[in-house]
Amino acid sequence: MIDFGYGLTPSATLKIENVQNPKFAALHEREPDVVKCIACGSCTASCSAGVFTEMSLRRVILSLQRGREKETLPMLQHCMLCGKCQLVCPRGINTRHLILSIGKVYGLNEEEAL
Amino acid sequence: MIYQGKQRIWSEYQKEIPTDHWFYVRSCIRQTFWPASEKMFLEVLRNRIGKDIYETPCHTTCGGIAYHSETIPQETVMTIIARQFALMTEAGYENYVCSCITSFGLYSEVIEDWREFPELEAKIRENLWKATKREFKIPTYLAHASDLIYKFRNEIAEQAKFRLVNHKTGKPLRVVEHIGCHYSKMFPSKGVGGAEYPYVLAGMVESWGGEVIDYPERRHCCGFGFRQYLVKANRGYSVSNTHKKFESMEPFEPDMIITNCPGCPYFLDRWQYVIAEQTGKTYGKDGYGIPVFTYEEVAGLVLGYDPWDLGLQTHQVAVEPLLDKMGIPYKPEDKYKGLNGKELQRPDFPMNIKCC
Amino acid sequence: MSQNVVIIGGGPAGIEASRRLRDLGYTPILVEKEPALGGHLSRWDRLFPDGVEARSILEPMLQDLDGIKYFTDTEISSINRLKDTWVVKLSNGLSAQVRALLLTTGFDLFKAEKKEEYGYGIYERVVTNADLEAWFKAGAAPQFDDVKTLGFVHCVGSRDEKAGNRQCSKVCCVTAVKQACEIKEKFPDATVYCFYMDLRMFGRKYEDLYLKAQKDYGIRFVRGRVSEVSEDIDGHLFVKAEDTLFGKPLKIKMDLLVLMAGMAPAASTQPLARMLNITTGEDGFYQPQNLIDSACTSAREGVFFAGTATGPKTLPETIAEAGSAALAIDRYLKTPVK
Repeated sequence: MIDFGYGLTPSATLKIENVQNPKFAALHEREPDVVKCIACGSCTASCSAGVFTEMSLRRVILSLQRGREKETLPMLQHCMLCGKCQLVCPRGINTRHLILSIGKVYGLNEEEAL
Repeated sequence: MIYQGKQRIWSEYQKEIPTDHWFYVRSCIRQTFWPASEKMFLEVLRNRIGKDIYETPCHTTCGGIAYHSETIPQETVMTIIARQFALMTEAGYENYVCSCITSFGLYSEVIEDWREFPELEAKIRENLWKATKREFKIPTYLAHASDLIYKFRNEIAEQAKFRLVNHKTGKPLRVVEHIGCHYSKMFPSKGVGGAEYPYVLAGMVESWGGEVIDYPERRHCCGFGFRQYLVKANRGYSVSNTHKKFESMEPFEPDMIITNCPGCPYFLDRWQYVIAEQTGKTYGKDGYGIPVFTYEEVAGLVLGYDPWDLGLQTHQVAVEPLLDKMGIPYKPEDKYKGLNGKELQRPDFPMNIKCC
Repeated sequence: MSQNVVIIGGGPAGIEASRRLRDLGYTPILVEKEPALGGHLSRWDRLFPDGVEARSILEPMLQDLDGIKYFTDTEISSINRLKDTWVVKLSNGLSAQVRALLLTTGFDLFKAEKKEEYGYGIYERVVTNADLEAWFKAGAAPQFDDVKTLGFVHCVGSRDEKAGNRQCSKVCCVTAVKQACEIKEKFPDATVYCFYMDLRMFGRKYEDLYLKAQKDYGIRFVRGRVSEVSEDIDGHLFVKAEDTLFGKPLKIKMDLLVLMAGMAPAASTQPLARMLNITTGEDGFYQPQNLIDSACTSAREGVFFAGTATGPKTLPETIAEAGSAALAIDRYLKTPVK
């Protein structure tokens, strides 16, 4: 193979139907309300960690649905389980339970999640 | 695919194209990439169809490459174009046809800008006068050379010796048509068939017996642009766009690609080599790749001109498999012979893509 | 001899207004250009938000037409002003002279083939909301066999400068959610996507419907407008959109795409407006005196409106306006002529 000094750029497009999402299905079983999220952003806006870090629960949920959890799971390290997001969620999702469930299903151990 | 749906859209974007008396301007780079294309255009329209196509040796580039690479400002390129129009006016013509599709887009854009901003037009007139003492009139009709071949496609079909048909099986050839971005994406009403399903090349293919393929990335850019390939490090972006098109058209098994831009066929042709040498993958059957043609070359082929007179030896992707399919006779030994049968050297063959 | 009132348009607005006017003691003359009364309502299967069958609303209306003179397959040939009356000539040769005229001409569904990039009329698997409703009612069509992945495109022909309609058609969002749930009932294993710009769930129980769609039916909502649709070699659709919340472009292979065609002004609006010398708004719908408390009266004396002729509305709003228009006509006709 010849190296011409430039290469093919990988596509940034999400190809959703190719995403097999058994982990999200498992998460859905533990916390059925995860699909109620309307991505309003109240959680991120009120997040204690979100002011200083990249932590955004809205983005985490969305990336799990799209199968791109690698990009966002590390954020969850910053979560302190303070519960401010749960106070504001208009859909009444138990966000603390959701975060802990994500940790269990996607393999973050207890120390990382906290 | 419901064909009538497309036909309805084509009928909504009909463009008025006059039949005679055109002022022709050539393209900067087309003659290097596709040597015989412009000569073929003049040959077909003047000698086969019998129209008046005039060109003057005084005409220049439209300035498109420099403008799109951001090396000259808009005012300069408008003045260059004004001079071209002045040459047209002095020669007594009012129909303007250009060979390059970027030129076509640029001329359309400039005329539209002058219509919206008359003070800009006045300024350019003044610039031209100061620089060259020339005056100009805006052309009544602006067309691209492919519009004219489209208009006379049936006359060409009548005189045709070959058709876009596999002469062994009798089936029409599967043709991918690729329109240059500057043709109808900016001003859909200025292109035959509009922006979504342009008909200018599809019409030619159908009159000459071929079958047009609609594949998902049909309207995707080939990646030519200007800025993205002038600098070597950016070329990955260009080749990725072409790669996307080829990946999309592969399941449809096209026999050939027809285009109407100088840059598009260049990239669609040469990038097949790059992709083959970088990744090992070729498209088309038996590792030969999918041959790419300009519409003038296809017109020349169906009219029976010798393939080597059409400059097909400069194509990277081998055209011989297609010539065999169409039943066009050619002499393989004459491929790399110059004028008077002079032996020119043969190029080296690449590793992963088969050439003849 | 009771007074006549001419009502142009035999959809739910026209029929309801006719019934109210008849109950108030007038003789309504109801003119409908199609072969049957009922308008768009006669083509719907079930209505939001509760899934009530459309015919359970329409049939009682159609059984209560005693005392109403209605003409189907009939158009307006001409209308002329004579002193304080309107002389209306119908295409069946009859004519009437009335003091009050009610326009309930409704809306036309946006022609989805105008959005060329969606390929309606070119790709077989692209259908509109109306086509889907027809299939729900009583249909068998090949594009609906074996559907595994399908999508709904909101705002087709609405909120779109390119389509010539800046207005929101109001009901398409909730209709899309309703149809998404209904089609999930037919194909329980299918994955259903809704591509929206905004979700307009304004009415009572609409938010509940949205929640039910997410929770019970597993409908996936993607915020991002579909930019183009193309077809692969077996006729399945490639749909391109952006997942704006995620920030990346998206590409999905689908078996069916439903375009939520919006409400456009009826074709009869401009000709009638010219005949009656009344104005239409910039969006092409009739302009009432104001949109707050005189939404049923025109600035022109003796002309009244009800229903979607003055802009996108839901069915309950249309029926309510029909009653309101009937009362306005009654008050106008009882006011002595000066």
